[in-house]
This record gives sequence, C-alpha cells and structure tokens, in this order.
Amino acid sequence: MTAFLTLIIVLFVAVAIWQMVKIFDLAQVGSTDNGQVATDKDNTINAYLMMGFLAFIYLITILSFWYLGDLPLVSNAASEHGSEIDNLMIISMVVIFLVQTLTQFLLHYFAFKYKGEKGRQALFYADNNTLEAIWTFIPVIVLAGLIIYGLFTWTSIMNVDESDDPMVIELYAQQFNWKARYSGEDNVLGLANVRLIDIDKANILGLDESDANAQDDVITTELHLPVGRPILFKMRSQDVLHSAYMPHFRAQMNCVPGMITQFGFTPTVTTEEMRQRPEIVEKVANINQIRKENSAAILEKGQDPFYQFDYLLLCNKICGRSHYNMQMKIIVETQEEYDAWIKEQKLFKDSLVKE
Amino acid sequence: MSAHADINAHDDHGHHHKETFVTKYIFSQDHKMIAKQYLITGTIMGVIGVLMSMMMRMQIAWPEEPNVLFEALLGKWAPGGVMDADIYLALVTIHGTIMVFFVLTAGLSGTFSNLLIPLQIGARDMASGFLNMISYWLFFTSSIIMVISLFVEAGPAAAGWTIYPPLSALPMAQGGSGLGMTLWLVSMAIFIASSLLGSLNYIVTVINLRTKGMSMTRLPLTIWAFFVTAIIGVVSFPVLLSAALLLIMDRSFGTSFFLSDIFIQGEVLHYHGGSPVLFEHLFWFLGHPEVYIVILPAMGLVSEIIATNARKPIFGYRAMIMSILAIAFLSTIVWGHHMFISGMNPFLGSVFTFTTLLIAIPSAVKAFNWITTIWKGNVQMNPAMLFSIGFVSTFITGGLTGIILGDSALDINVHDTYFVIAHFHLVMGISALYGMFAGIYHWFPKMWGRMLNKNMGYLHFWVTAICAYGVFFPMHFIGMAGLPRRYYTNTNFPLFDDLHNANVVISVFALVGGVFQLVYLYNFFSSMFIGKKAVQNPWRSNTLEWTTPVKHIHGNWPGAIPHVHRWSYDYSKPGHDDDFVPQNVPLKEGEEELQH
Repeated sequence: MTAFLTLIIVLFVAVAIWQMVKIFDLAQVGSTDNGQVATDKDNTINAYLMMGFLAFIYLITILSFWYLGDLPLVSNAASEHGSEIDNLMIISMVVIFLVQTLTQFLLHYFAFKYKGEKGRQALFYADNNTLEAIWTFIPVIVLAGLIIYGLFTWTSIMNVDESDDPMVIELYAQQFNWKARYSGEDNVLGLANVRLIDIDKANILGLDESDANAQDDVITTELHLPVGRPILFKMRSQDVLHSAYMPHFRAQMNCVPGMITQFGFTPTVTTEEMRQRPEIVEKVANINQIRKENSAAILEKGQDPFYQFDYLLLCNKICGRSHYNMQMKIIVETQEEYDAWIKEQKLFKDSLVKE
Repeated sequence: MSAHADINAHDDHGHHHKETFVTKYIFSQDHKMIAKQYLITGTIMGVIGVLMSMMMRMQIAWPEEPNVLFEALLGKWAPGGVMDADIYLALVTIHGTIMVFFVLTAGLSGTFSNLLIPLQIGARDMASGFLNMISYWLFFTSSIIMVISLFVEAGPAAAGWTIYPPLSALPMAQGGSGLGMTLWLVSMAIFIASSLLGSLNYIVTVINLRTKGMSMTRLPLTIWAFFVTAIIGVVSFPVLLSAALLLIMDRSFGTSFFLSDIFIQGEVLHYHGGSPVLFEHLFWFLGHPEVYIVILPAMGLVSEIIATNARKPIFGYRAMIMSILAIAFLSTIVWGHHMFISGMNPFLGSVFTFTTLLIAIPSAVKAFNWITTIWKGNVQMNPAMLFSIGFVSTFITGGLTGIILGDSALDINVHDTYFVIAHFHLVMGISALYGMFAGIYHWFPKMWGRMLNKNMGYLHFWVTAICAYGVFFPMHFIGMAGLPRRYYTNTNFPLFDDLHNANVVISVFALVGGVFQLVYLYNFFSSMFIGKKAVQNPWRSNTLEWTTPVKHIHGNWPGAIPHVHRWSYDYSKPGHDDDFVPQNVPLKEGEEELQH
C-alpha cells in the first residue's frame, strides 16, 4: 500500500512539474528564441545548477558517511588477514575520495565558470603533451602502489601455509542450506562424491563409507570454530553454484559442483567478545530499536523480535528461489568450548542408518 | 590516405527510384531509417527494462507487501499483489539482459553507428544496405523472442544475466531454466548474429567509404569509438555464441561441457567431467568487453558533444584515440576480474588484478581531457551538453570504485554485494544512458528534422541526475555493510535491519527517477511531430552530417559528396569569423592545419 501511495504522489509531482514546463514554454512565445538552442539565460541558469549539483554530490557523500558510514566491513575484522584487507580498503578509499572530490569540483566548476556568453571567444587550445604526460604518470604511480600492495595482500591470503597445521573443515552447499563437515581426529576429510549419496542410509554428503578417513568425520548444521586456530575450508556443492560468504571474516569463495575450492583464515575474536565490542553493542541496540517498532510484523513471520549478534555464513551466488535465505550460523569460541561441543556430535560411522 | 571518393561518385544515386511504404519505413536499407528503427525498438525495450527495475526497488523497500502494480503487471506471479520469489530473480535477469544488450548495445551503438558513420565520414550509405537491414530485423526478432519469454508458463530465465550453469542448465533447479532459458538462449544467439552483421558493416564502411580528405586522423572521435567498438564486438561476441551453443548442447543433448557431479532433487545426474568455471571464462570473455562495447560509443558521442558545446577543440585528440585503443586492447584481457573467487587459480587472480587496474590509466586520461576541453570554453548549456557533463561525472564516480573491485584482495569481501551494483550501474549503466540521451538530444534534429523541447530536456536531466546519485551513491555503503545482491528480501537477516531505511530512500529516488523518464518519452514522441522545425546546423557544428539537407534523402547529399580539408574540431580557431569551421571548408591561404 505504501508503495502505491508513493507512486501516486510521484505521479502528481510529475504532472505538476510537467505543467510548469508548459507555462515556461508559453512565457517564451514571441521571444527571438532560435528553435530550442540554449540562450545566454539558459547557460546562466544551468551553470548555477551545476554548482548546486556539485554541492548535492558533496552533500550525499557526507550524508552517506554520516548515516551509513560506520562501515562494519572496514573495521572489526574477526580474522587474522581481515585487518590487512581493511587497511588496503581504507587506503584505496582515501585515494578515491580525494580524486572524486577534486575532479568533480573541476568538472562542475569549469562548466560554471566558462558558461556561454554571446561574444565571448573560447580559447583555441588543442593539445599539450606535458599535461597529458602528467595525468598519465600520476595514475601510473598511484596505481602501481595500489597494485603492489594489493597483490601482496592477495597472495598472503590465498596461499594456505600447510606448515601452520590448519584444521580442515568442509563447507557443503545445496539448495538451500549449508552443512559443515569436520575432519575429526585425523584432520583428513574422507573421500566423497555426490554419486555416493544414499539418503536411505543418511549418507547425505556422499562420503565413501569404506574410506578409513571418513569414519571420524562429523557433519553439522552449525559452524563452530576455535579461536586462534588456522582453519582451511574445503568447499563443495552438490547442485548449482553457491558462494560461501563470511563477511565478518573477510572471506568468500564459490562452491562449484564437480570441483573442490578452498579458502583459509584464522578467526581471532570469539562471538562473545565480538558481542561486547562497543561498535557492535551500538549496532545491535539500533537494530533492536528498529525491530521493536516492527515487532508485530516480525512475530507474524515467526521470527524472534530480539536480535543478538552472531557471525553468519551467507550464500552470495544466485542459486534459485530461496537464495535469499540460505545461511548458517558461525560460532567462534575458545578451544575448550569447541572441544566440548565437538565431543557431543555424532561421528559419521555412527550416524549411518544400519540396515 | 583515403582516396575512396570514387566509390561514392555516383552522384545521382537514389533520386529516381520509387519507394513504397514498405521499403521506406519497414524493410528499409537506408541507414538513417535503420538508425531510427534501432532507436525506437531500443526505447521500447528500455521502458520494459526500467519498469522491471522499479518493481524490484518496490519489492526491496516494501517486501512482501501487497502492491497493486505487481498485481496488474505480474499477474499469477504476484498472488494477491505479493511478489513471488521466483519472479524477482526473473526480473533481475531480464532487466540486466535487456538493459545491457537490447538498450545499451543495440539501442545505443545500433542507432548512432548507423546514423553517424555514413554521415560523418561522407558516404552515401553503409557498405551493405542489405546486410544492415538484415541486422536490424534479426535484432527485432531477438527482441520479440525475449519479450515472448516473459509469458512462458514456468517463468522467464531467472539465473541472472550471466546465466551461470548449472542453475541455468537444469530445469529442476529453477522454473526459469526450462523453456524460459531456451528462449533466452535462442534470442541471444539471434542477437549476436545481428550484432556481428552490424559490426562488420561498420568496420568495412569506416575503412572503405571515407570521402576524399577524410584521413583516419581527421575522423571525429565518434567514428573512432564506433569503429573500435565494432572490432571489439567482432572479436568477443562469437565467444558468447559458442558458450551459448555449448550450453544448449548440455541442456538439450546431454553433453557435459559445463556440468559434473550433480545431485539434485533426490537423483544423481549423468553429467561428468565438465566445469561451470569454463562457462564463466567463456561468458566473461565477451561479458567484460561488452561493458566497453556499451561505454565506448557513449564516450565518442560525449567527446563530440562536449567539443561542440564548449566551442573548443577536443583536448588531446591523439591521446583520446590512443586511450580508446588502449581500453579496447585491455578490455579483452581483464575478464578474470569477475572470477577472483570462482575457484580459479589465485595466481590468475594476480594477473587479472594487474591488467584490470591498468585500465584506470587510459580512463583517467580521457576524463582529464574532457575536463580540460571545458576549461576556458564558451559552454553552451544545451540538454545534450548537460548529459555529457553528467556522463563525465558518473563515469568518474563509478570508475573510481573499480579500483576497489579490480583489486582481488578487496574483491573478496565486496564481490556480489550492492557495492558491485552501485559500481557498474554508475560507470556503464547510467553513464552509457547519459551518453545515449546526449546523442538523442544532439542528433534528434538530424533524425527527425525537428528539435526536442529544451526545457523538458533540462527538467529531464536535472531530475535524472539527482535521482541517479540518490539511488547509486548510498548503495556503495550498503554493499560495504555486506548486503548481497539478488536477494528477494533482506528480512531473514536481522543483521541488515539497520540498512532498511537507506533501501527505502534509494527506492524512492529510483521511482521518482523512473517516472520522470515520462517527461523524456513525451518530449521524444511529441517532438517528432510537433517539435520546432530544425535549421540545417542548429548546434553550429563542424562535422559533415550537418552539411546534408534537413529533409532526409536517399544518398544523403543532393549533389557531390563534400571533400574534407581539416579535422572536425576547429572551434574558435583564431583567424576565422565564426567560432566553427566545418570540415569541408578549405584551409585559408597561409592557414596551417593543426599538427594534432
């Protein structure tokens, strides 16, 4: 309904302004207007509007930073490599911000300052190799810096150091949910292929039942990670492309049917610690305020109106009808808490339905 | 260098043969009529594409609320006026397909390459009028098939405009991957055939049919842009065609090019040994050059319009040509930046980061050259000029964030979020649309012999400019907060609840901006019939198209084809009475042609 009302209002505004244009047109009847080409008056009005528009660009930048600029993804990283990405992001944004502010100013200010006037002569100025060289080499230098910094960061993130003895976990995607498979005591995932899936025996991820490494694997629907321990995720998908997106850890990798992809990181902040962080406390309070106002609608959907911060794994590659609701909770906890939790889970060999 | 005038020397061509309604308006071989056909078809497709985006924005801002508009337009896909999740993905898909291919490739390049190449190089028509006609009618056919696919029982294609398999290959994965996807593929295959015929024609025409004196270094930048665009199209579109054919094979004939090891809806499929990543490579081998196929013609139009309206030569003509060539070359070796996290080797990611960020250099050169062209000009604020300045503005804003997305390390975290949507809509969506609007306001008198109403043009520009920033600027921030794109609703993530107000604001800007395009549509269609009659050279421009009579004639010039004596940017040249010197005016005694 709100949408409809908005549309009606928009329509009325459009009609009103339409009429204003008509009046403006009628007022010009009899003038020596040469068939819809800009006059000096048009030049002046639009030149001032150019400056107004420049102000609008700056204003919307400031407002966006003011209301949306807590930028949860350039601060409060919960993984070891996260702060590297955040630093690079901040440097890139500063560069972009400076260039944007300056070039938009030049563009709109020149359009304003050199607005057309009858009798004025433009400067015949066609070329200047020095200027061209300047604005070729300045971007070259700035970009060289960004490229080198970026490539070092990328390489250090993507190269998994096996000597760190990372804990191997499989993320398994299917329309429309996630499963995690822990590799157990041996830290080796058992062989698996979707052709081995046997729903009747509850072998839902297609593990090779004869593989010794598979016996102690553990399949869960929540992702628990011990803090400070390097993790190596192996991703699989059984049907279409999915993407395992863990924004708080600055981690993302596609899950591709027919191949195993990987991404490694070390979580550094437990869920409990993150909930205590002042920025998160403020954000959660704000969200709960909003949810309180809409509590009726939220209850109707069967959701809990009270929100508590949790890390999330989201699907970030279009995968079909319920793509928008394909998520899994991630819990980062201390080694002891993790050990206690994993001990309660069923091993693969015990989870199979015996015939 | 270009002594090809003889080819066009049959000066009385076209004066005698009779035209029927059908040969003049429908199966026309005249490039000016074909340009108009492209423009009107593109406009109609554009209306459909924009309406779809408005419906998506309403759904995002007011999710799961009954909406009369949905009920009216979506029918069974919006029971009780509540949008269905499947149709949302279909809207995402078809909006992208229509805007990128049907509006900004065919509508933009098809219109202006056809209109301007013969007129600005001094040719009587395209090299092959017949192929040109076939090209348009193939485009028309593909448009019709795409529109028909919207009415398929199981829904139109809904796998995103990138149609990644397996989602697009398996009807059991998604309703839209059945007949809807088949029609999408057929439509695109025909579209590619149309695009190739058009591109080949443009290339041949520019190489062979330039008038006497029109050397490559006297060509207006518009022609350079169309020429290079056509070359990119010929190089990259066939790769998409092959990808589409292989996908058709996988879908209908049981091959396994892109599919392997799939278990869906309780059964294992037979596919073995293929890889979806292969499809991604093939798709983006066209998909990335495609954004330059969209933006280069807009750059060409804008260069021409800025020079004309600033009454100054374009600054750094040779640097502009070099940067077009550099962009064209680089555009074919950067496709992997869409695939940093696709599972391909991270080393490849490093290579593609390097080549991608290099594109910023020629882009920066172009932006600074446009700004310098305006500097110390005598800027005539015609609507076309406003849209051109708007183009430079959004191109800068959108282009700069490419530095973040092209950097593989940063892409990890903003990939497929609203940050990407903001980036590419500004840099190639809005910018290319502005280029197209600029071209339409500027060359409308050449197409219809009448002027567009300038006040409606001003209103159209300013509201559109404000709404475009209002929609896409805050989107960067929503993306940086981690909100994924292509979500039907965000209500399942309390984490994103605090972004909802921003989404409402964005939607309001989008709706206002969308509705205001009515001002333009009214201006466009009414001015064809009741607009002020145009004079021969309303913008006091140098290029050859303004030496043709206002009334269209077959063969363009009633007498001999004009010869060219100078480049097209002699604006405000000292020693001349007027502030423009058309290209067909001989050099005065002692006048030097600028060593540009």
